[in-house]
Amino acid sequence: MSVRVFVPRDSASKSVGADEVAQALQLALGDAATIVRNGSRGMLWLEPLVEVETDAGRIAYGPVTVDDVAGLVAAGLTAGGEHELRLGPTAELPWMQRQERLTFARVGVTDPVDADEYERHGGIVGLKKAVAMAPGDIVEEVVASGLRGRGGAGFPAGIKWRTVLEAPGEPKYIACNADEGDSGTFSDRMIMEGDPYLMLEGMAITGLAVGATEGWIYLRSEYPDAKVILETAIERARERGWIGDDVLGSGKRFEIVLRIGAGSYVCGEETAMLESLEGKRGIVRQKPPLPAHEGLWGKPTVVNNVMTLAAVPWILAHGGAAYAAHGVGRSKGTLPVQLAGNIKQGGLVEVPFGITLRELIEDFGGGTASGRPIRTIQVGGPLGAYLPPAAFDTALDYEALTAAGGLLGHGGIVVFDDTVDMARMARYAMEFCAIESCGKCTPCRIGSTRGVEVIDRIVKGEDRGKNVALLQDLCATMKDASLCAMGGLTPLPVQSALEHFPEDFRPETAPTGVSSSS
Amino acid sequence: MSSRASDAVATPEQLAAIDSSIEKLAHERGATLPIFHDIQEQLGFVPPEAIDRIAAALNLSRADVHGVLTYYHDFRQQAPGRHVLKICRAEACQAMGCERLVERLEERHGVAMHGTTEDGSLTVEPVYCLGNCALSPAVLLDNRLLGRLTEKRLDAMVHALGGDDGGAQ
Ligand SMILES: Cc1cc2nc3c(=O)[nH]c(=O)nc-3n(C[C@H](O)[C@H](O)[C@H](O)COP(=O)(O)O)c2cc1C
Ligand code: SF4
Ligand code: FES
Repeated sequence: MSVRVFVPRDSASKSVGADEVAQALQLALGDAATIVRNGSRGMLWLEPLVEVETDAGRIAYGPVTVDDVAGLVAAGLTAGGEHELRLGPTAELPWMQRQERLTFARVGVTDPVDADEYERHGGIVGLKKAVAMAPGDIVEEVVASGLRGRGGAGFPAGIKWRTVLEAPGEPKYIACNADEGDSGTFSDRMIMEGDPYLMLEGMAITGLAVGATEGWIYLRSEYPDAKVILETAIERARERGWIGDDVLGSGKRFEIVLRIGAGSYVCGEETAMLESLEGKRGIVRQKPPLPAHEGLWGKPTVVNNVMTLAAVPWILAHGGAAYAAHGVGRSKGTLPVQLAGNIKQGGLVEVPFGITLRELIEDFGGGTASGRPIRTIQVGGPLGAYLPPAAFDTALDYEALTAAGGLLGHGGIVVFDDTVDMARMARYAMEFCAIESCGKCTPCRIGSTRGVEVIDRIVKGEDRGKNVALLQDLCATMKDASLCAMGGLTPLPVQSALEHFPEDFRPETAPTGVSSSS
Repeated sequence: MSSRASDAVATPEQLAAIDSSIEKLAHERGATLPIFHDIQEQLGFVPPEAIDRIAAALNLSRADVHGVLTYYHDFRQQAPGRHVLKICRAEACQAMGCERLVERLEERHGVAMHGTTEDGSLTVEPVYCLGNCALSPAVLLDNRLLGRLTEKRLDAMVHALGGDDGGAQ
């Protein structure tokens, strides 16, 4: 029997040479090995991470380059042989052991598009339970789990589902938000590329729970590899009867449609996403009506993030109470956290809520990639606050982060070292808002451009007092008079930068003098 | 990929491509984005002639179709170079110096954002996150994601693409 050797097909892994390594290994090992293209374990700094299946479990090597292949093979790779790149049994690596992988249990373990393997590793258990349950009971199981929306707003998923279940109108829809626009986030991508059936199963269960017959996925165009994998997975799931006209023989229909976005950040906002799915410009809708009442094509619609939906199969399989046993306070369960930016050990870790930011960036992350001190982290994407080191002991928890003046968002943490120019980051936040604003509200559309200009004047030292006051006023107006969080939260990174790093906004003390325009 | 004659009227081949996309997708609900994507996949951009045809096929006004086309950053109305490099300028990539790559492209290779190199080999566009933020700076070359890009590798890439005569990477 030939040995199984794993080389990820995750696009991050491929971005540093996994395809070339897989080819070289295939060539060097021939019939002695079967190369399996798995998802990534999330230790992205070790990619391409090659694993080999042995009697002692899977042994990891990394980061492997094409040039290492000959040496690895000579060292007895297929038997788990000694080599300077040998990391040891994957499951025993500290990075893996410190996690609680509920959603990511299979990612990196299996071949993502192999449906048999999905079932062998615990897939479809949740869906099987769901088809035997009354819709209301499925909803209550998710309510009991305490699962909150992972797309940013943190709204309880079960409560949203209950509204859709009770809403009059047919057909009903599930809209899966796979727009993942926040810088510093890639958990949705890693699920779609690493365990796509999980997301499809989650959508099907949600459909059964609320009586929806179609699920529409809005996938961002920046993820071409995820598109290919999802297309394959949707087709195979249909062949298996996991989705389609007769879900697991229940007589219930649940069909999945895949749509691709077109490079607009604001289309991640749920109502703009619905507009875009309908083929229109992605302009934010006034609420009410809520999408739960009048969503896609004017019908009751559950809009959930990929991570929210991907948590659902585990909850059905193990029970809402088991999920709620993880976490702290009102933040139940686990969160796949993404460690990004200037970080030594960047990647994805799934941990229960309650761990501190410091543990994440120092213990898992190992500090900066540059080796310089961490000056700030931005948590929760481009609309999240820049936090100073004094705030690093804040717990990973929706409420605790809000209390610390930030937000959790989609769980991305971007690390910056001490060379960062915070006036430039504040300026960029305003600029990004100007580029991505849907244009409906004046404070967001025009205010953001004004914001860029005012920051430029502050940094040049023109009328400092007056211009700082003007910037604060502008931020207040954007917060108060914006329809959605694009305009409403852009002040957060701007004001947090100004509050914690005022020296960067003074010409005498700024790191680069004048923030360079882009 | 297409020729770079962006102001020219669409060629018969381009019109045929537009019509084939419409025929394939017009029956879909909310078909505008899928049709634009399909045309752009074939031609590298969406020629102006597509607007009338899509409007007629979907029973929409020209203004509506034009409005959708111009709203989204992805859709190009002019032919790009033979290759497209999307360079991430979002926060995580900034933390790893992506702006140096942007400057390098301008200063060394004479191509600014949304511009095309003189030899027509490469169009450069900004993008805001490619989901590769642990291996920044990240770029998408045609549909291929690359991570931890250095100025040196960028130079080599631009030169290699300039030397090739348009074969897809
Ligand atoms: C400007 C903006 C961008 C957003 N981008 C995303 C996104 O990319 N993905 C996402 O799931 N939610 C995004 N959201 C949040 C959605 O509006 C919505 O709250 C979410 O999809 C609901 O799903 P959840 O309850 O499962 O989180 C965004 C919101 C705003 C205001
Ligand atoms: S805040 Fe900005 S993005 Fe949101 S609706 Fe208003 S203009 Fe559109
Ligand atoms: S910020 Fe550049 S890839 Fe995410």
